Amino acid sequence: MTTATASKPGAAGPTTAARPSLKVPVSLGVLSLVALVFFGFFGPSKTAEMKVSEQGDAIVLPALLIPGQAGGIVLAVLLLAMAAYSIYLWTKGERSPKWLPIVFAVVFVFALLVWIVAGAREPSISLAGLIAGSVTLAVPLVFGSLSGVLCERVGVVNIAIEGQLLGGAFTAALVATVTHNAYIGLLAAAAAGALVSMVLAVFSIKYLVNQIIVGVVLNVLVSGVTGFLFGTVMAPDKELFNTPPRLDILPIPVLSDIPLIGPILFEQSVAGYLMYVAVAVVWVGLFKTRWGLRVRAVGEHPQAADTLGINVNATRFWNVTLGGAIAGIGGAIFTLVTIDSFTKEISGGRGFIALAALIFGRWNPIGAFLASLLFGFAYNLQSILGIIGTPVPSQFMAMLPYLVTIFAVAGLVGKSRPPAASGIPYVKG
Amino acid sequence: MGVVKLELQGISKAFGSFYANQDIDLVVESGQIHCLLGENGAGKSTLMNVLYGLYEPTAGRILVDGKPVTFRGPGDAMAAGIGMVHQHFMLVPVFTVAENVALGAEPTGPGGLLSLDTTRRKIREISDRYGFDVDPDALVEDLPVGVQQRVEIIKALVRNAKVLILDEPTAVLTPQETDELLDIMRQLKASGTSIVFISHKLREVKAVSDVITVIRRGKVVGDAPPTASPTELASMMVGRPVSLSLDKAEAQPGDRTFVVKDLTVRAANGTNVVDGISFDIAQGEILAVAGVQGNGQTELTEAILGVQDHVSGSVTLDGKELLGLPVKDVLRSGVGFVPEDRTHDGLVGPFSVAENLVLDLYDRAPFAKGVGMNPAKVAENAAAKIKEFDIRTPSAGSAAGTLSGGNQQKVVMARELSRPLRLFIASQPTRGVDVGSIEFLHRRIVAERDAGTPVMIVSTELDEVVELADRIAVLYKGKLVGIVPAGTPRDTLGLMMAGVGPEGGSDDN
Repeated sequence: MTTATASKPGAAGPTTAARPSLKVPVSLGVLSLVALVFFGFFGPSKTAEMKVSEQGDAIVLPALLIPGQAGGIVLAVLLLAMAAYSIYLWTKGERSPKWLPIVFAVVFVFALLVWIVAGAREPSISLAGLIAGSVTLAVPLVFGSLSGVLCERVGVVNIAIEGQLLGGAFTAALVATVTHNAYIGLLAAAAAGALVSMVLAVFSIKYLVNQIIVGVVLNVLVSGVTGFLFGTVMAPDKELFNTPPRLDILPIPVLSDIPLIGPILFEQSVAGYLMYVAVAVVWVGLFKTRWGLRVRAVGEHPQAADTLGINVNATRFWNVTLGGAIAGIGGAIFTLVTIDSFTKEISGGRGFIALAALIFGRWNPIGAFLASLLFGFAYNLQSILGIIGTPVPSQFMAMLPYLVTIFAVAGLVGKSRPPAASGIPYVKG
Repeated sequence: MGVVKLELQGISKAFGSFYANQDIDLVVESGQIHCLLGENGAGKSTLMNVLYGLYEPTAGRILVDGKPVTFRGPGDAMAAGIGMVHQHFMLVPVFTVAENVALGAEPTGPGGLLSLDTTRRKIREISDRYGFDVDPDALVEDLPVGVQQRVEIIKALVRNAKVLILDEPTAVLTPQETDELLDIMRQLKASGTSIVFISHKLREVKAVSDVITVIRRGKVVGDAPPTASPTELASMMVGRPVSLSLDKAEAQPGDRTFVVKDLTVRAANGTNVVDGISFDIAQGEILAVAGVQGNGQTELTEAILGVQDHVSGSVTLDGKELLGLPVKDVLRSGVGFVPEDRTHDGLVGPFSVAENLVLDLYDRAPFAKGVGMNPAKVAENAAAKIKEFDIRTPSAGSAAGTLSGGNQQKVVMARELSRPLRLFIASQPTRGVDVGSIEFLHRRIVAERDAGTPVMIVSTELDEVVELADRIAVLYKGKLVGIVPAGTPRDTLGLMMAGVGPEGGSDDN
């Protein structure tokens, strides 16, 4: 890899102004060549059909028909052009604009999709379904990563997102079944998540126990407790304890009929709408309000906050608790929206993916939201591609979300800076 | 609120069984600059943290305008008109100036949204009035230290501070910035703000104070007028007569055995933290490297020792190239090295004094015996060094980390001077060390010079540089501004520390 030359040790030559890193131009170049070879030259001969709207929608748009090989070549050339532009900018000593890798990634994923679909047994896929499904799968991730944002911004590392999701999922199922009301279940899930978080808060803030360890222990604890209660209470009497009513999907008339966007934005359950509201509220709260300024100050320089009369540990405690409540709501999605009952380990490691999403999203609610969507997309792609029958073995498809996570966090995040005091307990004096 | 008179009565603050402050009385009259003079660890900062509500006093009371008050936190102190500029700035680096100033008392508009316009206006107002030149929308981490300090002062003034506590404010400043700060203090005083000025630097204290209160070991020793002589003040601080001037003979420079050529150290971000530095040191000569903290001194000394990566150029001692050698070989070549941060790099705190004294030689005879150690020899060595360097420790087996700063430094110095040296490098040899120990350490450094060793001292304290140097090298942003002879006026040195080259091209670089 030529990227290493930029930072080779010992080569302290004459002083030059720091050149922009070669990382972006080189990785774009390599990826576009990969695209040209695989998607173009070795592209499948069939034509991929991408359905934009479902039958029965108010507005039916024609499906996109993309010939596998020709489409692959066209897209690859587009990618090559972007890579060339990036390299051209580098030779002029300029950085690639921020939008370039993003647009590149979107086109690359699209080319990948064309390649896979056209190579499948039934070369047809519903684009609308793919995207809508991605959002649905992303909802718990978004709530989980928002929880992480709230905690880390105030200086507490929340490894326990997984436990909060799981606790929320279990409580939602139980309470909603017993009360026959999904909305009460949702509230109970928030309370359960908050409770898990409070344990994290008390141990890490008051007793200064290592936050990572408390988080990990909480995950194991919640997993054990819910697993035990599932086995002893829920499983023997499913009717009574584990048949929660679902949260109704509440489509907004007219708006929900817009192709592509409609089902994503305007055909959601209460929890789905709540997700959009939560992202917006947390973002505005963190960056535009007094509360947010204090929260960020506590996470960056707790001593400075203390000398200005801000109660550091109380701020931390309540923020962590709030974060837990949000993650709890995310957990409720599993049992009240996606699946209609609780099973052991229903969160299946999504809490850790949410953690990755918050880092990928650079500790920013909107970034975390977008990162969660990406991971949701990976999850959904995996299942849809399984259905249409791609030649790629299913085991590899199952790895997709995690591969995306690793590449996203390791490769694309680059030098992002976490809140300075994240993970460090505050002791006066 | 008008002017404020502040009284501390019988303040004591204990941490466990240790009294950092004991029965302290202090009266700060309004519109005065009241200096608290004392050595590091004398309890000045503790006292001010009590006054600022950060610590709760174990005993005693605080009176504002004659009325007793209790501060449960800094918020209460601020409400009573007390503001504090901490030694380590309490600024959030990733916030703007305005956000930092507003924090804790944020003006909000409709819906609880921040509206920092009033804060910006106030910052500009204060900035104009005192000539601060601070941009409210600049990110704090981008500002030079001197400007950050002004942001701290603005923070206090925006909160209507009538009494401003400045905790060791000049420690991080260049001499020019220090002068500017002293001017600002005089202006503040003229506009009715009282100032509590904490320092251990006699020159500044004498320049600006109305009253000086000397504190030693947590107790008030007494008051002194600013007209008191430096020797008197120093003796009050230390508790015994001290001589402030070092008697040292004229240097007898011999061969230039230590030569640094084009030394460059590249940091992770691609900038050169040490940038093409060349100098040499003769046997029997002290070269003092001056400069404000963070201008490449750390990297320079570490590059010579061999603990820095990305180094180019050449460093030769007695004609032998040191760059690229493992640290152990550099030390074995006869380099004695006192690192700037002794608790971090100079000592292993939980290890005993005796063990710390052989950290460099533990693996050789006589301290090693086969694969084991020879405890008798280690103890013998410890006893000798403790005596020779007057290390005040309960025993040779006490953990080094429990000693006072001065005694820890003596341990490091004793260890590094215990080998036959061909080069001696000491970074910040007396930082955080009491005046009494400073005297001793300085004499040892000069003794090493007189024994014919090339000596390199790195210090951010101009006083120390002037005291010890036979020649003075000044670093600024990783570059050598120049090398000037001892006796160069402080003003010139100060300008050099700000990057302005010496006039007349007197550098022999």
